[in-house]
Parts: sequence; structure tokens; C-alpha cells
Amino acid sequence: MRLLDGVRLAMAGKNPWGAGSNDSSGSQGGSSGENGGKSDGPRNPWLPPAGGGDGRKGPNIEDIFKNRGPEQKRRSGGPGGPRGPNFRMPQRPGGKSWFPVLVVGILALALLATSVHLIGPQEKAVVKRLGDYSRTMDSGLQLSFPFPIETVDVENVEGVRPIRIPGNNSQAKLILTGDQNLVDLSYIVRWNIKDLEAYKFRIVDPEETVTEVAEAAMRAAVAEKQLDQTFSGEGRASIEQDVRARMQAKLDLYQAGIRVLGVEVEKADPPGQVVDAFRDVQVAEQNADAARNQAQGYAQQVLAQAQGEAEAFDKVYEQYRLAPEVTRQRLYYETMERVLSNTDKTIVEAQGVTPYLPLPEIRRRAQQQQPAATATAPEGQ
Amino acid sequence: MQRIFEEHRLTLVAIGLLIVGLMLSAYVVPEEEQVVIVRTGEPVGTVNTPDGDTGPGFYLRTPFVDRVVRIERRLLDLEMTNEEVLSNDQQRLLVDAFARFRITDPVRMVERAGSTDGVRSALEPILNSVLRQELGRRTFQAMLTAERGSALDNVRRNLDRQARQYGAEVVDVQITRTDLPEAPLQSAFARMESDRQREARTIRAQGGRDARIIRAEADAEAARIYAESFGKDANFYDFYRAMQSYDATFAAENGDAASSIILSPDNEYLQQFRGRR
Repeated sequence: MRLLDGVRLAMAGKNPWGAGSNDSSGSQGGSSGENGGKSDGPRNPWLPPAGGGDGRKGPNIEDIFKNRGPEQKRRSGGPGGPRGPNFRMPQRPGGKSWFPVLVVGILALALLATSVHLIGPQEKAVVKRLGDYSRTMDSGLQLSFPFPIETVDVENVEGVRPIRIPGNNSQAKLILTGDQNLVDLSYIVRWNIKDLEAYKFRIVDPEETVTEVAEAAMRAAVAEKQLDQTFSGEGRASIEQDVRARMQAKLDLYQAGIRVLGVEVEKADPPGQVVDAFRDVQVAEQNADAARNQAQGYAQQVLAQAQGEAEAFDKVYEQYRLAPEVTRQRLYYETMERVLSNTDKTIVEAQGVTPYLPLPEIRRRAQQQQPAATATAPEGQ
Repeated sequence: MQRIFEEHRLTLVAIGLLIVGLMLSAYVVPEEEQVVIVRTGEPVGTVNTPDGDTGPGFYLRTPFVDRVVRIERRLLDLEMTNEEVLSNDQQRLLVDAFARFRITDPVRMVERAGSTDGVRSALEPILNSVLRQELGRRTFQAMLTAERGSALDNVRRNLDRQARQYGAEVVDVQITRTDLPEAPLQSAFARMESDRQREARTIRAQGGRDARIIRAEADAEAARIYAESFGKDANFYDFYRAMQSYDATFAAENGDAASSIILSPDNEYLQQFRGRR
């Protein structure tokens, strides 16, 4: 909007940067415009003739544009407008002023506002008569003497107030554990008001009190635990219980009228500086598990194989026992059949004949770079 | 209007004076405050003190002469932050602590300390030194844990004794924060880190050990199964296994490992080949 004004100003002949070709006094520009109309220097030729009248103060930007714009009509609408010094209060019939009625009305309203109180369902209020505690109001529509005599202080009693520790602004606060390690702990304390009278008249800053007591209790509780316990769910639960009990005992000692509803450990982490080492432990656990799993797999495999082979042998052996000689021969021939049917065979027939080795055959194989195993036949059994 | 004013001028003036006088001399003592009336520097009366007869409410004083000193009646706190405490075993610890106190003898408090802030500044060094003394008598470990309670009890008792001189009563002393200073903090981190590294290494080693044991057990079990089964006839097993072995070695179906076998006619397999002997 301001920029737009500036543009329009420039169009109106006033250079907002003050470095126009006109006389400096006429082109000082800016929003002051003080000497635009009143200056003794040469008149800005781009301005319309000053039709606004003589007695007015130096025109500001708005005036300039009002003169140019369609609002001109409104401005020159005549003296009958509702504003200006001519305003008179409307009169009551009978010529009397409304003024006393107004004053009385306002006073009555104030009285009403300070003596009728709508106390919400979760709320209670303490009433002090001239500073002296007089009573506690329950929820509902309640009456009291008006302000200077009785003051009513409404407070949300049932509503749960959570406090997060450490607060958002502070960095991670490390807590020493019993084994002199550090843990990065954040937790929430939920509390509400047990006794409004005590809450109001016994302690100065309830919120701060709760925070400090919580911190002291948490430190004490964690100091009794080992580091690993603070990470485990069980350890956390017992810390939460412990802190709650300690806090309540302290606050009761202070007669603070505060009830601690619960303490929840939101996060219990190792400090950032050593978090890698902690992660490595988890990795190590997984590694160890993986190694165990692989070993289990191997074991299953080996056992299954052993069982299978043993079973197979047992079956064959059962049959073998029924007819040992035949079975043995049969097995022998069958095996030999399989073996010899798949191999190159050379039989040396008669004694004293030089054995013929099929060298071309061997060379051919060598060319194929397939090493041929040569074995002498089993010597028999 | 004009007439009323002229006829009752004296009355109106009197009423005006009365109002002004009332405004000068009246004061309200709220529930959460206690008041000491000081007349020319001397405390002459109290209102709403814990052991007094007067309660909160509306009171009058002699204007200009009596001064009303208002004192907090609720529980006040005294904080001590970042105090370095040396333990019995020469370890340093940064300690934040607070004490909760209330003013029980406002006259004495006004005489000796002037205001609650005066009490605070008087008690602060005392809390500091009492805490140092008490914690300095204990080992680092004890500072943290079990004896914290009894130590704080002693601190409270000592502080309370001193505070009575200022008309205050110390209800409680608590340690909110116990931190390690920078250098020990770094070494604590280093220790935690090496602790974890040791743990990780242990876990890995245990995993390896378990794996090895599992394999060995399986092998042993397999051996037992084999022995139980094959041991029934060692001779037949030898033959049976030999057949399997020939199968595996020579009868490989892939051509790559095809073997050449030179048989002597004496071979048992060729027994029948030559005709019955």
C-alpha cells in the first residue's frame, strides 16, 4: 500500500526520491508533504489547483488524493456530518441529560459483573473479603459482594496441567545414574489442584515449585538406578512411581495443595555424545543373533542329513541281513554298471600283451582342455 | 445543587476529611501476607503472623507515623545454582539446590534482615557452605544415592538453625541438579563409550561362541546317529559306503569329469566275462 502510494505520488508529480528537476523545497517528497502546499517556493506544476480551502494545514498524501479522487464529493458534503465539535448528546424527553443515567448504568453493570460469577464445571474460586479468606465457591452460578469488598479468584481445579521437563528452551539435561553414567531424560509431570485454598495461600509460584520438586525427585530416583534400568520399561515404570511418590510427599510437606497425577518418562536415551557406542551394542546383539541362527540352521541341516543317511542305511541293512550274499552281489553289480557305463573303459585281455592306451582319445580331450582322470580299476575284493 | 452545597458545607468538608483520613490510615492485609507496623523505626505491632491472634482483613493505622511493612506469608524459595562441590574422594560435582522457607517471626526478620530479599541474601552463603560441608564429607557415590536424604536433612537442620536468627523457618532443602563439570563429564562419556564397546565385543564373542557350540553339538549328534546306525555291521557299512563312493566319484553324470578306467581281466567284475573258471 505504501509502495502504491509512492507510485501514485510520483505520478502526481512529486518525486519521492527528492531529486526532481523542480525546486528542492517543492519536491522533498516523502510522506510528510509538509511543505507541499505551504511552501513559498515555486508551486509544483503537476499538482491540481489547491481547492481545499485556505485554513487547513499542509496537505498530506491522503488530502492530495482525496482532492483528486471521487471522495472529493464526500469531503465537500457540507457541515452537517456527525463528527466535529458540534456533537451534542441526545437529550432525554423533558430536556434532562442522559449523563447521570449512563454513569449509574455503568456502575450497576460493574457491580453486577463483580458480584455474579459463573464458575465453570472444572473450576472453583476462592473468595477473599477485604483480603481475608472467606470461602471457596463451587462450580455454578455464584454470588458475592462486589469488587472492593470481596475479590473472587477463579481457578481451574480439575484441569490437568502438564509440565514438560526439561522445558523446550533448554537443551538436553543429563542425569547421573547410580553407576555414574549419564542418561538423557525428559519427562512430563501431570498435576492439578487438590486444595485450592492451600494452593493460593501457601506457596508463591506453584508451577516453579512443581518443576523444582520434580527435578529433585527425578534426580534422586535416577541416582538409585543403574543406567540399563533407566532404559528398560520396568525400570522406567518404577522411576515414574518413585518420582510421583516423592513429589507428592514434598508438596504435602509444603502444604501446596497440589496433587501429582502422574509422571511419565517420555524419553530415556543415552547422551548424544556416546549414542553411537550404544547403537553398536544393539548391532552386536543382532550380529550375535544372526550367528546363532546360522549355526542353528547348520545344525538342522547336519542332523537331518545324518538321520536320513542312517535311516537309509538301516533300511538297506535290514534287507541285507535277510540275504547277505545276494544283496551284496546285487549292489556291487549295480554300482559297477553305473560307474562303467559312464566311463571310457579299456580292458587288457591277455597277459603279456602290451596294453594299448588310446592316446588319440586322450589328446582330443586335452585339446578340449578337459582333464581326463585315469584310474586303475579296483583290484577286486 | 448549589443550595445543598451551601447549607451543608461543614458536613461535606467533614465527610471529605474523613474519607481522606480513612484512605491514609486504612490498609488491607490479604491472606497471603503478614504485616509489621513500624513506628519511627521500631516495630510496634504485627498482623496475620503465623502465631499471632490477628487474621487477615481490614485494619487502621496512625497516618504518617506508622509504616506498614508487608511480608510474604507463603512459602518462599532460595535457590543456589552451579555450585561446585568437592566430594570426599576428590571428585567434583556441580550442584543446584533450593531451600524452601517461610517467615515465622516477621518482627525479627524486619529488625535483622529488613526484607525477604535480605533474608535470602543472608541465607544464600549459609546454604552454600552448609551444603559443601555436608556433601564434602561423603564420597561421590554416596553424594548421588543413598545418603543424599540424610545429608540433606543435616543441611536443612543447620540452615534452619541459622535462619531462625532472621525469623525464618527452613522447611526443606533439595538438590535439583547434580552434574559433572566439563572435564569429568568428558571422561565419563569416554568411560561410557568404552563400557559399551566392551559390551558389544562381549556380545559378538558370545554369539560366535554359541554358534560354534551349536555346530559342534550338531556334528556330535550326527556322529552319534551315524555310529549307532552303521555300527550294527561295520563290514557291510564298509562295502555299502564304498559303493556309494564309487557312484559319487566315477559315475558322475556330467561329462566333464568322465573318467577312463583300465580294467584287468582279473577284475572281479569281469569274472564272468571270461567264462566260468
